[in-house]
Amino acid sequence: MIGTHQPDSLGRFGAFGGRFVPETVMAALDELQAAVNEALADPAFHAERDALARDFIGRPTPLYYAERLSEAVGGAQIWLKREDLNHTGAHKINNAVGQALIARRLGKRRIVAETGAGQHGVAAATVCARFGLDAVVYMGLEDTRRQRPNVVRMHMLGAELVPVTAGAGTLKDAMNEAIRDWIASVETTHYMIGSAAGPHPYPLLVRELQAVIGDEARAQLLDRAGRLPDAVLACVGGGSNAIGMFHAFRDDDVRLIGVEAGGDGAQLHAATLGGGRVSILHGSRSYVLADGEGQVLETHSISAGLDYPGVGPEHAHLKETGRAEYVPETDEAALVAFHRLCRLEGIIPALESAHALARAERVAASLPPAAIVLVCLSGRGDKDVDAIADREAVR
Amino acid sequence: MRLVTPALVVYLMADDGVADLAAAAVEAGATAIELGIPYSDPLADGPTIQRAGQRALDAGMTPSRALAVLAEIDRRVDVPLIPMTYGAIVEAYGVERFCADAAAAGAEGLIVADIPPEESAPLRDAAGGAGIDLIHLVAPTSREERLRAAAGLSRGFVYLVASMGTTGARERLDDRLAGLIGRTKAAAGATPVIAGFGISRPEHVRAVLAAGGDGVIVASAAIDALDEGGAEGFATFVRSLAGALA
Repeated sequence: MIGTHQPDSLGRFGAFGGRFVPETVMAALDELQAAVNEALADPAFHAERDALARDFIGRPTPLYYAERLSEAVGGAQIWLKREDLNHTGAHKINNAVGQALIARRLGKRRIVAETGAGQHGVAAATVCARFGLDAVVYMGLEDTRRQRPNVVRMHMLGAELVPVTAGAGTLKDAMNEAIRDWIASVETTHYMIGSAAGPHPYPLLVRELQAVIGDEARAQLLDRAGRLPDAVLACVGGGSNAIGMFHAFRDDDVRLIGVEAGGDGAQLHAATLGGGRVSILHGSRSYVLADGEGQVLETHSISAGLDYPGVGPEHAHLKETGRAEYVPETDEAALVAFHRLCRLEGIIPALESAHALARAERVAASLPPAAIVLVCLSGRGDKDVDAIADREAVR
Repeated sequence: MRLVTPALVVYLMADDGVADLAAAAVEAGATAIELGIPYSDPLADGPTIQRAGQRALDAGMTPSRALAVLAEIDRRVDVPLIPMTYGAIVEAYGVERFCADAAAAGAEGLIVADIPPEESAPLRDAAGGAGIDLIHLVAPTSREERLRAAAGLSRGFVYLVASMGTTGARERLDDRLAGLIGRTKAAAGATPVIAGFGISRPEHVRAVLAAGGDGVIVASAAIDALDEGGAEGFATFVRSLAGALA
């Protein structure tokens, strides 16, 4: 199941990746890597994961032809991979279920996780409830405010939620605290990272657990439309839904387009691959929004899940090699796309996914009607409706 | 590095006025000074050093200014100086230029908390070229082969992590401390083994020395003493640990 796009023995995708962490957790990364290799080679692991995907997550998720949206845009057909229809409302559960099975193989009963939009936090809390594990979720204070429904869900699922006040109180700060917890508790605790970021083997592990998105979508589209798409789009914060979507198309003649958070369209954004530099953050070498001295910059996005100054190392490699393009969409463009999908298709998307939709509309508009644009609709927008209502009532 | 053992390495965050504190620390018995260069996201550090680093950044501290502070300390004291920071800072500065400028400012060693042996080759070359000792870390979780690699690559001393978690004062050190010191000493040969992370009491110093360690690093507890008791409280605290060296 592992393809040709493999990191080297030090976990490097080209010049990116690796392990840049304190010595205390290095042994745990070796252990995790061994457990992952064993699990991926074990048919029993795949059988259990497949059964949970079917009966607990609700896979396969549908591939949906957004006919009225395509008509309104007036160009290529827009098809949506409906990860929003997963249990818990986003693609994050694909990874959380797989990592819970890995944690069990490691004999670890306590889970720490970071969350931005709360979708990974909810997924982690969910699998911990399902497998009888203790969940501790770190979430930036600002994010607990703007993603309130997910805070309530995590409480109901029995997770301990720790609000993080450091920095701007967003995903970066939550990840710092989750890693610090793990450094102290590493012998009994599994760090269930939610994105395709962090030290090796996390970027590889998360990609393997999310690759189901693209594997399904590719087969579904071949079956339904009889052909591959012209372009595949996904939003990129840390980049887990995007890498899960892109991986199946890596060797196809298909444009891969990652959409980052353009924020206010000027100085305040979270477009790491577009505006960052090569540095080290959260255990790996990748692009980082940092100043010339290496200090990490504050970011802004209307979407908590994309409001992050780092990005997974494989995306940095895909950018560097030119295999994928990374472009920004602004808060405003995402909101317009959000409302358009609500009104034309009866689907309320997550604000994160709305960034990918905004770009998909532009790409579709430039292509003929026979062309196909495939978008990962990574999550649903229930978590965002209060914040959007508040914002728009103010105007 | 000219490390006198048993060693008492006192950590200070680079900040204006820190040269006075370094002089006071040496006066009170410190045998080396570790100088933190602040980084926005210090993963290995607990609340005390995070706060000190943030204060320094808010006051405008930069890596270049921190090296100027190091040079100022070098003019005031005659003990080894060891800057400590993170990979992102050193790489943004330029690995070779950083090592050269640190050496010119008087550094004899260098600690980079998030660069393990697997990733340290460029830094080892640059440090070696500049004539400063790159120090690697071993932890209670390090297995034999990692411990041997870190001990073998360390120059100056081996930094032994004496408790699990981030930096910060603790009542108790890791139960495996004595065993870890023994294993590290065996792997390190003539290179001294110095324990840090959690060291905050004279009995910790005595426990490290009794287990065969060559000294201690005190960081958060020294900053706590400074925050609570000012320069006088800081000197008194350093003296209390120095007293346990004998």
